[in-house]
Amino acid sequence: MSESQKKGYKEIPIGGMITKAGSSAEFKTGDWKSFTPVWEKEKCIHCMICPAYCPEDCIPKKDGKRLETDFDMCKGCGICAEVCPVKCIEMKEQGDSDE
Amino acid sequence: MIEIRIHGRGGQGAKTAANFLAMAAMEKGKQIQSFPEYGPERAGAPMKAYTRISDKKIKTYAPVVSPDIVLVIDPTFIGNINVTEGIKQDGIMIVNSRETPDKVKEKTGFSGEVHTVDASGIAISATGLNKPNVPMLGALIKITDLIPVESIEKLVRKKFTEKIGEEKTQATVEAINRAYKEVN
Amino acid sequence: MSKKKAMTGAEAAATAMKQINPDVVAAYPITPQTPVVMKFSEFVNDGEVDTEMIRVESEHSAMSACVGASAAGARAMTATASAGLALMWEVVGVASGSRLPIVMNVVNRALSAPINIHCDHSDSMGARDLSWIQLYSEDAQEAYENTILAVKLAEHPEVQLPAMVSQDGFITSHGVQNVTVYSTDKIKKFLGERKPIKALLDVDDPVTMGPLQLQDYYFETKKQQDNAMEKARQVYIDTGKELSKITGNDYGFVEAYNLDSAEYVIVTISSTAGTVKSVIDKMDNPKIGLLKIRMFRPFPYEEVARLLEDKKAVAILDRSESFGADAPIYGEVKNALYNAKSHPKLQSYIFGLGGRDIYEKDIENVFESLLKEDIEDKKRYIGVRE
Repeated sequence: MSESQKKGYKEIPIGGMITKAGSSAEFKTGDWKSFTPVWEKEKCIHCMICPAYCPEDCIPKKDGKRLETDFDMCKGCGICAEVCPVKCIEMKEQGDSDE
Repeated sequence: MIEIRIHGRGGQGAKTAANFLAMAAMEKGKQIQSFPEYGPERAGAPMKAYTRISDKKIKTYAPVVSPDIVLVIDPTFIGNINVTEGIKQDGIMIVNSRETPDKVKEKTGFSGEVHTVDASGIAISATGLNKPNVPMLGALIKITDLIPVESIEKLVRKKFTEKIGEEKTQATVEAINRAYKEVN
Repeated sequence: MSKKKAMTGAEAAATAMKQINPDVVAAYPITPQTPVVMKFSEFVNDGEVDTEMIRVESEHSAMSACVGASAAGARAMTATASAGLALMWEVVGVASGSRLPIVMNVVNRALSAPINIHCDHSDSMGARDLSWIQLYSEDAQEAYENTILAVKLAEHPEVQLPAMVSQDGFITSHGVQNVTVYSTDKIKKFLGERKPIKALLDVDDPVTMGPLQLQDYYFETKKQQDNAMEKARQVYIDTGKELSKITGNDYGFVEAYNLDSAEYVIVTISSTAGTVKSVIDKMDNPKIGLLKIRMFRPFPYEEVARLLEDKKAVAILDRSESFGADAPIYGEVKNALYNAKSHPKLQSYIFGLGGRDIYEKDIENVFESLLKEDIEDKKRYIGVRE
């Protein structure tokens, strides 16, 4: 956020209070990661273990299939790669990623 | 303003006596203050408690340095502890003692008004306990007319009944009245 | 109907708490605060209040529980002294930083070491920059009334800051005095229910309290606290006027005693102000007077300057030290006078540390020195042996 977008002391709630529920969704944590999960879609058996384990809840699901990780949110913790029973997720250093 | 200093030992009830005196005076519409000398509180150690009684608002929070009245609850203080320190020339000293006022005067060197009462003896025969503090107030009331004896009786019944039962409370009230009558 | 009673300062504070009927009280006992909480827990036990009494394992937890309760929307109170305040320190700042209107009775006691249970103001004076409103009480009556006033002041929508109500340990807290207790109904009506701007238990309007704020917003939050303190001045005066309708007493930032005619003045706080009044009455000299500070935070600079600027000499009596610096009250009085149209001579006195008695004779000596304009540019210590 640029300096000019930040609010002044008269505009913000008192005591550092956050008055909007679920506002953490606006906080993009994707740039925290140094490792990126690279998913081999073809190898995936859609067992749904990785979305259940993902602490950031950033692996979307649709019609019984998992979709590509939301990289705006993924912190690169590697839990998905660890729990995958068919090893179709590999953690790669940011620079190595095809993305 | 009347300033009273009470000498006792920790656990003898000097603070309770000072508070009762203040509370009874308040019932009579007086302005009051009572407080113990706050040292390390140890059972048996000599300590002092104070009461101020006045018709006007009491503003000072300084210690009492020249009391009008001194009550000595423990007879062993006489001749050992300077109980007359700062007492006004025309002040009154009332001592729990079996000795005569003249004997106490001789031992303390205080030439003002001295009274004695065997408050320990009265307390023991009335309640079986050596608690001379409240009976001493009976003697004080007789000598000074500061507060009505009924107001102390009322306070004792209110504060003691739950703690020591009706029988001992009644005995304490009788001890107050005995000290009132027997003070020399 | 008001009632005249004989009670200690501690009982007076507990009686105020009874009439306030807080939702939550969390406290840990420490001499000489103990009788405040002891008496209040009797009220809880006897069903005279609806308060949830939380018996915690330390003062740090006491203040933490109050923070949680207050954030949830409750009216929360506690009481402490000395080492207890020192131990809760971290959370004392959390309370004010989170803008939670907790009211705490502080029964002033010296800080360790050496260990000492008696009165001085080192504990609450040490906390003077933690963004709590601070009221100092001369006697049991003031401790009672200040506690009630503090709740309404702290909870005011424009203030939303916690408040400390101080009374002198033992001298006030354990001494029996006359106290007029006002009708509980009137006090309850005066206070009303706490109406928090936001509350954690309000599920229809969810909020997060106490989040992280770094370089981007922390500074703005602190600026808000100072603004709230500034607003607390007028709210205090307005709230005092409202309370005055019940009590008939005045609630100024300061109390002037024999000040109009005085040229030589003592400035002090708490019970010693009473002793100074007594000495003024006895000395019967129209040239001497007292300025008692009732509200120390926010500090009433304008009033102090206005009342002191035309005086000849002023002695400021602090019952706490600021080692290597001006004592707390002295420093503020000096600050207040910087922009004044004229400046009286000032003398700083330190007295009564660790409960050292202050006698009327000591106060007389201060006035005698003032009358001679015997002033020096360093602290003087009343009764310290050379």
